[in-house]
Amino acid sequence: MLSIGIEAPGFSLFATPDQKISLSEFRGKRVVLAFYPADWSPVCGDQMALYNEMLNYFHKHNAELIGISVDGKWCHLAFSQDRKLHFPLLADFEPKGAIAQLYDVYDEKNGECRRALFVIDEEGIIRWNHLSPVGINPGADGIFDALEEMDKVKNNVTI
Amino acid sequence: MPLRPPVSSADHIQGNDNALIELVEYGDYQCPHCGRAYPIVKQLQEELGNQLKFIFRNFPLAKIHPEATLAAIATEAAALQGSYWEMHDIVFENQDDLGKGALLQYAVTLGLDVTQLEEDMARPELASKVEADFESGIRSGVNATPTFFINGEKYNNGWEGDRMLTYIRANYPGL
Repeated sequence: MLSIGIEAPGFSLFATPDQKISLSEFRGKRVVLAFYPADWSPVCGDQMALYNEMLNYFHKHNAELIGISVDGKWCHLAFSQDRKLHFPLLADFEPKGAIAQLYDVYDEKNGECRRALFVIDEEGIIRWNHLSPVGINPGADGIFDALEEMDKVKNNVTI
Repeated sequence: MPLRPPVSSADHIQGNDNALIELVEYGDYQCPHCGRAYPIVKQLQEELGNQLKFIFRNFPLAKIHPEATLAAIATEAAALQGSYWEMHDIVFENQDDLGKGALLQYAVTLGLDVTQLEEDMARPELASKVEADFESGIRSGVNATPTFFINGEKYNNGWEGDRMLTYIRANYPGL
């Protein structure tokens, strides 16, 4: 996976059937980029459903959440509606897994993204990363530790 | 992964304060898995007696379980009348109906002052308490409901059947 301290590679992918989202649109905000293997994993242990409950807490840290998998835009739409998700899911669909490969979190054997997290700062630099075993939902504590650490650094700089 | 913050007087604690085993559950009253875990915890309490204290923290997944937050608030309101655990139990025993009318009816069954309970349920402090529980769950690495912590560490070995009891017996042979 890409290391901490380097610039996050840009991308522009479909978030809905007719709308693309680019990483560059988020300059000035933090981005939590969550690569995950596939839509439609079981409900109660589902990572995206869990993060969906935490959006307010991400926003408190000036962070926007983006999910990304190789599922197509129509699949994402159905999944997102079914789970009432209030954040974008991007389709790394064509060429398949190209962005996951850029971030070095593509599982060639299964043709899916690995379960990987990146926290990207306001200037587009990767500040934290984490790779989980595919069957393990990593929760969000690592993300929030990273966001809090970034808040501290930022406050020190301002003072 | 440690429990953050540790158990304190702000928590609802059932059982012996000085018990060797501290079991914390992050749960959601509308979650079917939590419903299945409910009798398992009861049995664990029976088996371990005063060697176990049990703490329940709210982790309502409100977007998939729209009634979970209000049910949690109802238990907190019952706590103000000294009946937290009675409400906790009756809610888990009646997971199929957690609408407001049903929650108030459970309070009637328990002999609580329902007018007071309904007033208390509207108090912002109770909603904040439930939110604070949720936030502590995020910080403790809760990734599903139910998630258990045994003596301050996240327990990952499965809670079904007698797995928790077996784990506790194996790791605390003095019991």
